[in-house]
Amino acid sequence: MRSLFSSGMKGSTVKTMPYRALFIALCLSVTGLLACAGDGGNGPGKGGGPQKTDPADSGIKVPSGFKATVVAQSLGRTRHLAVTDNGMIYVKLERLKDGKGIVRLKDSGHHGTMDDVMGFGHFGGTGMAIRDGYLYASSDEEVFRYKLDADGNVISPEHPEKIVTGLLQRGEHEAKAITLDYDGNLYVNIGAYSNACQVQDRTKGSPAMNPCPILDSAGGIWKFKAGQPNQTYKDGVRYATGLRNVVGLDWNKSTNSLFVMQHGRDQLSDLFPQYFDTKQSAELPAECMYELHMGSNCGWPYIYYDQIQHKKVLAPEYGGDGKKDGDAKFQDPVAAYPGHLAPNGLLFYTGTMFPERYRNGAFIAFHGSWNRAPEPQKGYFVVFQPFKDGKPSGAWEVFADNFSGSPELTASGRARHRPCGLAQGPDGSLYVTDDSKGTIWKITYNK
Amino acid sequence: MKTYSMGILFCGGLIILAAMMMSQTTRPAAPARATPARTARTGSTAQGGFAASMARGKQVYLQQCLACHQADALGVENMNPSLVKSKYVLGDKTVLVRIVLTGMKGVEIDGDAYHNVMAPHSDLTDQQIADVLTYVRNSFGNKAKAVTAAEVKAIRAKTKLN
Repeated sequence: MRSLFSSGMKGSTVKTMPYRALFIALCLSVTGLLACAGDGGNGPGKGGGPQKTDPADSGIKVPSGFKATVVAQSLGRTRHLAVTDNGMIYVKLERLKDGKGIVRLKDSGHHGTMDDVMGFGHFGGTGMAIRDGYLYASSDEEVFRYKLDADGNVISPEHPEKIVTGLLQRGEHEAKAITLDYDGNLYVNIGAYSNACQVQDRTKGSPAMNPCPILDSAGGIWKFKAGQPNQTYKDGVRYATGLRNVVGLDWNKSTNSLFVMQHGRDQLSDLFPQYFDTKQSAELPAECMYELHMGSNCGWPYIYYDQIQHKKVLAPEYGGDGKKDGDAKFQDPVAAYPGHLAPNGLLFYTGTMFPERYRNGAFIAFHGSWNRAPEPQKGYFVVFQPFKDGKPSGAWEVFADNFSGSPELTASGRARHRPCGLAQGPDGSLYVTDDSKGTIWKITYNK
Repeated sequence: MKTYSMGILFCGGLIILAAMMMSQTTRPAAPARATPARTARTGSTAQGGFAASMARGKQVYLQQCLACHQADALGVENMNPSLVKSKYVLGDKTVLVRIVLTGMKGVEIDGDAYHNVMAPHSDLTDQQIADVLTYVRNSFGNKAKAVTAAEVKAIRAKTKLN
């Protein structure tokens, strides 16, 4: 079952199997434990389509009225994804699978099943976006684009246009997540190749570098022209700095501005046990949402945001003790979330399928923590952050949960699935990828 | 202490291994215990034999290793490698000791890349390194020869430290 699509990478039609009976039995057996919200039901709008759902992947909990359906499995390390106007999915693979780094999924028979699977692109990476008739894809050093035809098909899968090249990749925070505005600009995360800008990364007692030399070429968001080939650092501008690493980012159409989710620093108690115990270190610092504008400085590595004290705190490498204020010149986040949950996907919802309260709010895919040990790990869920007038408004809520498989698997960090990418379908459905097992879910709402 | 017979070592090892594996199912207490004295850097004798080395090694693991390699030593996908049945853990002691002394970065293991840096731990004493490696090599389903402080001392002397 797990290799359902593995043989379909070159466009072959995948045979389907009747798992419905098994799934129903499993659902019944776990009633009360799992919502069984992600069912093996038919695709939207069509009856009688063949079933291809693995029950093991279907226990995603979603709110009442919503339904989570597995649309693909075992695709590889599926990172970010983009959906065409006619419902085709393009998903970026972090590492090549069968020699391909992008997978295209198509419902050839309009039965609600992604039966036509095709791979192309010879680079691994994270970024995937569609804008103005082009599919954008990033490796860990470059950004490419492919022209799409009127039906959303890539015209020349073997000949992408290289848009940006030569970005720094030093093996840490290497993912070049991307998004685009509506004025022909491309925004690229270039993560800091460091935890806290110490001389020796993640080494107790190693001093911080001051000023942090990493920030000249990483630790921020760079802006490039979306349509100009072969740009390098000198052709782009550092749009925002002081961001340790960003994987989830999206252009907010209602505010016409860029929002990003920062991955906060690790290892406060490992490196500074005199100031932080393991419980504090598990919660701190916050994973932050920032609204960026040209010149924004969010303060990494000099400060971090403490969501319990509700303030910027001077980083211990720069003389802090967990209490001293960080410099007020650095930008405040617009929202803060518990530490180490790893926000890998951000999407502003603009559809009309979901109830009104979701419109222009943000979905955040939290990949899940590792740096909470020895405390229990946390995350592996998709959060909804309500917005009002372009600002986060009200408490965030877990929207889709149980990607890990169980509370025990969450606590141990041995999650079955790890949410990563988010995209909105043309009908207003929400797609979620998992870069651990290569599953893609479609979440729909029925009035 | 080199006079310890292999038989005693293995019997003791099996008992400790069983005890350690059982104790792995519980999460370690949150507050880190005091680090064992670091006065034995130049000491070459294994203090108290295999059982004692395993017990001390577990404490070093909790304080120095667990945050990244996790309580079950299975590591973190894409970030921190697993220590379970790892060729680095079970293989050549010199390579293994040098990883602890000088850290590790950018090494692909069985086709998987790991993006986190492992810091050098040359501030640990020879005895602490011997203990933690003995513990890791004989816990989590691993089984390999103990590492002695004398071996760590000899390897440290021939290793360029950062």
